[in-house]
Amino acid sequence: MANKLSKPESLLIKGGHLIDPAAKINAPMDVLLRDGRVAEVAPPNKTRGGADEKFDAGGLIVAPGFIDLHVHLREPGQSYKETVASGTAAAAAGGFTAVCTMPNTSPVVDSGEWVAWLRQPERGALVNVFPIAAATRASRGADLTDFAALQRAGAVAVTDDGKPILEDTVMRAALRLGAELNFPVVQHAEDTRLTEGASMHEGPTSFRLGLRGMAASAEGGIVDRDVTLAQQIRESRLHVAHLSTAEALKAVRRGKRAKARVTCEVTPHHFTLLDENVGEYHTNFKMNPPLRSASDREAIMVALADGTIDAIATDHAPHARHEKQVEFERAWFGITGLETALALAITKLHREHKIPLTRIVELFTAGPARVFDLRGRGSLARGDFADVTIFDPKKRWTFEGAKSRSLSRNTPFDGWQFAGKVVATVVGGRIVYRAD
Amino acid sequence: MMHRLLSHDMIGAARGSLLGIEYLGENEILGLLKLARRMNPRKPRPLLRHKRIVLLFYEASTRTRASFEVAAQSLGALTTLVQSSGSSIEKGESLLDTAYTLRAVGADAIVVRHPSAGAPHLMARHIDIPIINAGDGMHEHPSQALLDAFTILKHKKTIKGLRVAIIGDVYHSRVTRSNCHLLSRFGARITLCGPPELVPEVAGTLVPGLVITRHVEEALRGTDVVMLLRVQQERLAGRKIQLQDYVSRYQMTMARLKLARRDAIVMHPGPIIRGLELTSEVVDCAQSVIVDEVHNGVCTRMAVLARALGRG
Repeated sequence: MANKLSKPESLLIKGGHLIDPAAKINAPMDVLLRDGRVAEVAPPNKTRGGADEKFDAGGLIVAPGFIDLHVHLREPGQSYKETVASGTAAAAAGGFTAVCTMPNTSPVVDSGEWVAWLRQPERGALVNVFPIAAATRASRGADLTDFAALQRAGAVAVTDDGKPILEDTVMRAALRLGAELNFPVVQHAEDTRLTEGASMHEGPTSFRLGLRGMAASAEGGIVDRDVTLAQQIRESRLHVAHLSTAEALKAVRRGKRAKARVTCEVTPHHFTLLDENVGEYHTNFKMNPPLRSASDREAIMVALADGTIDAIATDHAPHARHEKQVEFERAWFGITGLETALALAITKLHREHKIPLTRIVELFTAGPARVFDLRGRGSLARGDFADVTIFDPKKRWTFEGAKSRSLSRNTPFDGWQFAGKVVATVVGGRIVYRAD
Repeated sequence: MMHRLLSHDMIGAARGSLLGIEYLGENEILGLLKLARRMNPRKPRPLLRHKRIVLLFYEASTRTRASFEVAAQSLGALTTLVQSSGSSIEKGESLLDTAYTLRAVGADAIVVRHPSAGAPHLMARHIDIPIINAGDGMHEHPSQALLDAFTILKHKKTIKGLRVAIIGDVYHSRVTRSNCHLLSRFGARITLCGPPELVPEVAGTLVPGLVITRHVEEALRGTDVVMLLRVQQERLAGRKIQLQDYVSRYQMTMARLKLARRDAIVMHPGPIIRGLELTSEVVDCAQSVIVDEVHNGVCTRMAVLARALGRG
């Protein structure tokens, strides 16, 4: 493979098995990409147009480009942890063709200028970047930002992620304004009045370790309130970020049954790990929301299978070594996740829990595209963006944290053996990642 | 995953480290107690001559610090005290960098007291000398549990079948966590007693067979050992507790103590607050072994240090 980063006018992905849940396709198909768009999807050897370059996807799954609704790329201001360039390189290696970035940077992305800055070519993004802007000024939870200006600048949603929008009045106002603009409000659901000084899930493990715990109800209470507000405010759109508890799921189900526009995402680490995996104070198992109990994970597994959960999102949260190699209570919350998401989904959800590959692909594509209305993405219908993820669901491999494309190494999955690996990632018709 | 089977070795700690009772096998505990019985600070033994032991204290302490210092010196070791105030810790040096520094100046072992649970584990994972946990946050205080076991065995023939009531602020108590690990390992029947704010239901999951009661009378009836705990107001962090109410419901008085077995002993890891968790009369009564605990702390810590530096 001479030119790793090729830029053909057209690319034919042939011989693969296409899973495109939005288009209800689960069959051998060739996909022809031209000028950044999908030109043709046809049974093997039946595409009519020619191609400058061909990609042999024999034995592989071809899917719409994966979309990650929740990543921290740390720019502006914390480029020692990650940059748009390094973070999107990790995203490409993980099969993501689009990432939605969180605004809790330094300064906080709370203006149209910063949203535009994130989208500038100078950032060196390898995949599509969709900024999520702050819901309140400096994410202080008090005064709403200018949603309309943020939306015009290209933000796909608002959030104060890292912190909740706690006050009822502020959350109500945010959902109201969001409803007027058809703009989703993303909530980090944590009642911080109940989690002061806490560094992991409240349960037997936190008690054993002598660590203050975050009760599951501190998440459930906020989601319950938010769903009630979303039901009251016509046309409002609530998205629950990194949902981690059975209690929160119950509230989401209630909202969905009532036809409120409520969506939610879960992370690979929450469907994989448990609070007890913190072991003896391993800070790469510290994140917020924290790893939960077995019954919470079981509830998540059910909701992933039955469609209650809309998307798998990584909450990729890189931190420097000196921020993690400290006392557990002082360590920063968060782990990296872009390069292990698909492998965890296939290994845990598909192989262990028998969730069909079509559903898993949906959780990475059509599901997240719907959550933020990303038009022309999440599917490979003719005319859609030429974003494609090609993976081998059977390939066995070992993840080495040291080889990550992220600037940071704070992963709990170093040395894990997986089934399922990304083989190539195509953004705008261009191959931006190809496995060695 | 069963973490309870973890040993110090599996955590990556240097041989001789003592991070928690949870990581000790029964034989290791028995060995330490046996060794403690052979130690006597009045008859110094220069087992650790020329060894340098650093006492790294990030938190206030009277008895533990003095006890480790006397223990180390009774074994002929040199001791250096490093406290968070008046050291580079104040300037923002990280725990690991402090540990590397102390190792570089020639420490042979570090005794550490730290407000954060797991701080000794972090040090033990990264440096190759024994780390002795002298209390880490709300996690463990292993030398206290050893000296408590030592004290109990001076008054009772065996721990097996002994009824132990632990009354008070269990949630914040590292001593209780260590004691539960040790006493349950040897077959004691432990009852935890206090209001839900201080004795949450989850406390019952720490070791098999723990019983929780909200009634002090129930905890005391027929008990052999009464362990009292201070209400750690400095750690309450939002947990509301009415002290007056606590006193009326849980304070150990002579009248309440009569519910226990006549030969029951009264223990307290200190510091004690007379008039709060117990009355002055209880502190000073014949059944109280509180001062004896402090006394036994020295020989127990001599054993811990001797084991740490391979002279056990």
